[in-house]
Amino acid sequence: MRFVDEYRDAEKARALAAKIAGLCEPGRQYKFMEVCGGHTHTIYKHGLEDYLPANVTLVHGPGCPVCVIPMGRVDDAIAIARQPDVIMTSFGDMMRVPGSNGSFFDSNAADTDIRMVYSPLDALKIAKRNPDKRVVFMAIGFETTAPSTAMTVLRAAAEKVDNFSIFCNHVTIIPAIKAILDSPDLRLDGFLGAGHVSTIIGCRPYEFVAARYGKPVVVAGFEPLDILQSIYQLLLQLSEGRCAVENQYSRVVPWYGNPKALEVIQETMALRPYFEWRGLGFISHSALQVREAYAAYDAERLFHIPGVRVADPKACQCGEVLKGVLKPWECKVFGTACTPETPIGTCMVSSEGACAAYYNFGRFSRDRVRAASGA
Amino acid sequence: MCLGIPGQILEISADHPDVAKVDVSGVRRAINIGLLSEEEVVVGDWILIHVGFALSKIDEKEAQAALEFLEGIGQAYADEMAALQGSMIE
Repeated sequence: MRFVDEYRDAEKARALAAKIAGLCEPGRQYKFMEVCGGHTHTIYKHGLEDYLPANVTLVHGPGCPVCVIPMGRVDDAIAIARQPDVIMTSFGDMMRVPGSNGSFFDSNAADTDIRMVYSPLDALKIAKRNPDKRVVFMAIGFETTAPSTAMTVLRAAAEKVDNFSIFCNHVTIIPAIKAILDSPDLRLDGFLGAGHVSTIIGCRPYEFVAARYGKPVVVAGFEPLDILQSIYQLLLQLSEGRCAVENQYSRVVPWYGNPKALEVIQETMALRPYFEWRGLGFISHSALQVREAYAAYDAERLFHIPGVRVADPKACQCGEVLKGVLKPWECKVFGTACTPETPIGTCMVSSEGACAAYYNFGRFSRDRVRAASGA
Repeated sequence: MCLGIPGQILEISADHPDVAKVDVSGVRRAINIGLLSEEEVVVGDWILIHVGFALSKIDEKEAQAALEFLEGIGQAYADEMAALQGSMIE
């Protein structure tokens, strides 16, 4: 226990809160985006917003890979699963994500065999055990999971497991940050850089945010004090008129990332010209596809895929939540028609989605809603 | 699948140096350590695991903090551990 106290000490939190308050200019509004769903989770679990002055707002970004998968890709995966002799495999997080005709779970109740796996290597093992089946892995996630998919494709190729393929939906975090910076909806003052994604990509890819957009970035850990410390570092940069990329989470994140992981992604995958993100629309060069050299393991080349774009349900405002334009509880259906039990939008499905985090920790008190709406 | 979970290396396979037996909160499973090939990994090291792969080496203090963070998360961590228990990586 003594280990963790170091990151959670309430005295230290209050001391940091005082330093943060001391750096804020009265009358100026500060908006910082935390890109990563894990950070959102810590902020709500520990009520970190209560430690911040009223003019510092945290905005939740698009860093939940389950949340940004558009409905059309869920439909495409189900269409693959319906083809003869297919076993589709997926991380558990995806199973309840709604497509236009229901989720993977709904689809299994009808006619498909979509199985939950812990790792893409488990999907590969299912392929080896079922040589008469075609086993497809629904590959999703940012740079934290892309190297695992890449390693699995390399192993399938080395072992010639030819009944295995991946349906690649990997996305990359940097173009999403750029899309948000280019969006006219939102004026941000800085970013908390994603924690685990940065163990792979390192800190250098964020440098354009400081160099080209003049906004500071602090790569942050997941403990409450990590996040407060990172907000302090952002404010310190602003107060000194600097903007740079700083690494608060250096105990886990190397400045240059994990070169081997980047190498295997590069070997097996290439950037797509564009990809649709739920809520953010089409973003250039923001997702990965399987390289030609590994075409034999690419479900998009092996199966007929409808590829139909499906608009989100009208009532759902996940898009605004993912861009940080709306707070989760400002969505029309939050907590009424849309709950973790019966989600309409992806932000309510994943435990790292901003809506689920809000809902589960009950941080949508009526006072807060009233205060925010000005009523 | 988004959760990074800490584990301690118990054994590294002599035949497959990419595979280690790892203890994750008392659950022992095979984990792929091929992405750490540029670092020296030895028995007793702590690693951060995502979907069956070690992404980075961490120290014991960080492992403990990460574990407490996960235990506070509740259902998502329970689901991740249940998934890990069903894993059959080799």
